Amino acid sequence: MARESSMKRKRAVSNFFGYVALIIITIIWLFPFVGLVLGSFRSYDAAVEYGGIVDYVIPKHFSLDNYRFVLGGETNYLRWYGNTVIIAFFVALFQMIIILCVSYALSRMRFAGRTALMRFWFVLGMFPGFLTMICLYFLLKEMGLTQAGAIKGLILVSVASSGMGYYVCKGYFDTIPKALDEAARIDGASRARVFFEMILPISKPIIIYAALVAFMAPWNDYIFASYIAFGHDASYNVAVSMYRWMNTGDYQGYFTRFCAGGVLVAIPVTLLFMFLQKYYVEGVTGGAVKG
Amino acid sequence: MSNASEKKSNSVSTFFSAVGNIFKVIGTTFVNGDWKTKISYLIMGFGQIARGQFLRGGAFLAIEALFIWFVSTFGGKYLSKLGTLGTIETYKKNRKTVYGDNSFLILLFGLLTLFFILFLVICWYLNIKDNAKEEELIKAGKKLPGSKADFLSLFDNNFDKTLLALPVTGVFIFTVLPIVFMICVAFTNYDATHQAPSKLFTWVGFANFKNLFSFASGGFGSTFVSVLIWTLVWALLATFIDYFLGIAVAMLINKKGIRFKKFWRTCLVMTIAVPQFVSLLYVSKMFDNAGIINGTLMKLGIIQSAIPFWTNPTLAKITIVVVNIWIGIPYLMLMATGLLMNIPADLYESASIDGATPWQMFRHITMPYMLFVTGPYLLSSYTGNLNNFNVIYLLTGGGPKSMSYAGGAGGTDLLVTWLYKMTINDTDYKMAAVIGIMVFIVTALIFMNAYNFLPSIKDEEGFQ
Repeated sequence: MARESSMKRKRAVSNFFGYVALIIITIIWLFPFVGLVLGSFRSYDAAVEYGGIVDYVIPKHFSLDNYRFVLGGETNYLRWYGNTVIIAFFVALFQMIIILCVSYALSRMRFAGRTALMRFWFVLGMFPGFLTMICLYFLLKEMGLTQAGAIKGLILVSVASSGMGYYVCKGYFDTIPKALDEAARIDGASRARVFFEMILPISKPIIIYAALVAFMAPWNDYIFASYIAFGHDASYNVAVSMYRWMNTGDYQGYFTRFCAGGVLVAIPVTLLFMFLQKYYVEGVTGGAVKG
Repeated sequence: MSNASEKKSNSVSTFFSAVGNIFKVIGTTFVNGDWKTKISYLIMGFGQIARGQFLRGGAFLAIEALFIWFVSTFGGKYLSKLGTLGTIETYKKNRKTVYGDNSFLILLFGLLTLFFILFLVICWYLNIKDNAKEEELIKAGKKLPGSKADFLSLFDNNFDKTLLALPVTGVFIFTVLPIVFMICVAFTNYDATHQAPSKLFTWVGFANFKNLFSFASGGFGSTFVSVLIWTLVWALLATFIDYFLGIAVAMLINKKGIRFKKFWRTCLVMTIAVPQFVSLLYVSKMFDNAGIINGTLMKLGIIQSAIPFWTNPTLAKITIVVVNIWIGIPYLMLMATGLLMNIPADLYESASIDGATPWQMFRHITMPYMLFVTGPYLLSSYTGNLNNFNVIYLLTGGGPKSMSYAGGAGGTDLLVTWLYKMTINDTDYKMAAVIGIMVFIVTALIFMNAYNFLPSIKDEEGFQ
């Protein structure tokens, strides 16, 4: 009896420390987001408060100035926001379609050059993506898809090479028994019918995962977007336009406005992610194991 | 080792026998083929059309026609100048600019034309093989598939071609062509003083590579070595610290008796959900000299002057690794949570009956299992971190700047961020291309060496 109660106490103590650790971790992990939200309510009006970087988190006066600034017509913020939504939507749509096509072909069909293609793409993936930036810029320029046409250009570039990102999705298809295909083929169904009517309906988790990952990437795209849209304010996405507010000398005191803009960006993306979290976790776990 | 070299020589010999076979097919088909086949050597698709296969033959014919049109109207003039990359410089005549050769376009479209020629040769060979096969079928008294059957097969037995046509073309134009282009640029003098279209650039052989490994003043040697070492160390730290801490956090949340598991997980996952350009830029300003961390420490009287988190090179490196823990743990936590549940519970039970301590169980059950299962992930995560642009760029922009570094590199620059700066700030394209090739070589070497050591590849049945 005595031993059992000491075990119990031991467990209670270790759980106590577990909770303490978790609470500390949670505070550290959530602090920047709390700070971001609070910062967005600090006025940039010099008569009220300073809009730059300060050494306190809770604003002295509550104000909606920053939101008024980003949502009012003073900047192109709504335009930038719309650009990003458009890019994210089309990239997610087309990238998903391409990844599904490639994954099905590589997982289900055996054709000449299949392993060679996979190996070649694998080797291509070892080149750093930014290496080709200049070349892509001039390619797009020849097509008239830079500056004013940068949005179409960005979608095109993101979608064009997305076939190489088939790994997770192909891994998922590989787990679907081939016997299913074969049975349908014996019944006279064509490959295309098997793909559209059998494989796709049971692949919902991986379709959502692929679309979600593709949708989230354009929100972070600074490098390429800034290069292609260079100097053309109306073609910027949120990352390009708001990076200036943080890191360019002329924009001293734009920190709180960045916070407000950032909150508006984070809310829909975060909600979407949280809503579809289940699928994301499945994809990440599956992808890790299969490499 | 001997096994591997044997394999290599095997693959070399199969390659040569395959090439030999191709020539044999071309030769024997011409000798044995009928007149329709023989004309197909010159006019692609002729044989097929003559035998009533209009769709197939028409496709071959269209490719040839397109090729002739492309080379004669567009590609040919670029291809012919590929050897010199242009000789006529742009000049001004009576205030009017007279455009000469554009080295950039000559190289780009010259390469495109070369690839088109390669594509045509492959199609030509397929055309010959197809002719030979048709003759065989006719000899055997079988009926050839009609155009309709050909078309329908694109959705059945040849569905792979339909599915892959667009993705492969996309990768080719927007990845393969640009990469080959940049590899070529590494052997030219394309930089700020040789900008197309006003100036020409030309081939310079290995001069840029010599510059990269030159340790004299003005050479890139010492900078390259420092940046490379930091890149490798960074990737190692970023991968493994996150990996172990992530597993630890996952185990903590999974621990028996800890409640609100979902809540803890959701809090951590916020870091993945919020776009990095928002969260990382905010975090970078938290560590600013006037930021919240320095401010609070000063108010509490712990420090007298601000800690130069981003301006001291060593401190900046440490801060980046620490912030990266903040980014990395949630991913690892999510992944590990799923995997930890797969470990059979009776392993732990029998271990605890044998009197194993929690640490021993972790050391001998959890870790071996995790390392076995996540080996490929660790490898791809390491190479991913070698190229982890966002974290470095959004936090420090590669800074702090250093006078002792060449090529505008900063204290926390990885090879990729350095490459980016060379492209954007210095427009030193030739050296950027050289660095890009180096990144590829480093990544490939790591992959080749590590791949054979992965336990899950060495011994697929190892953990049963």
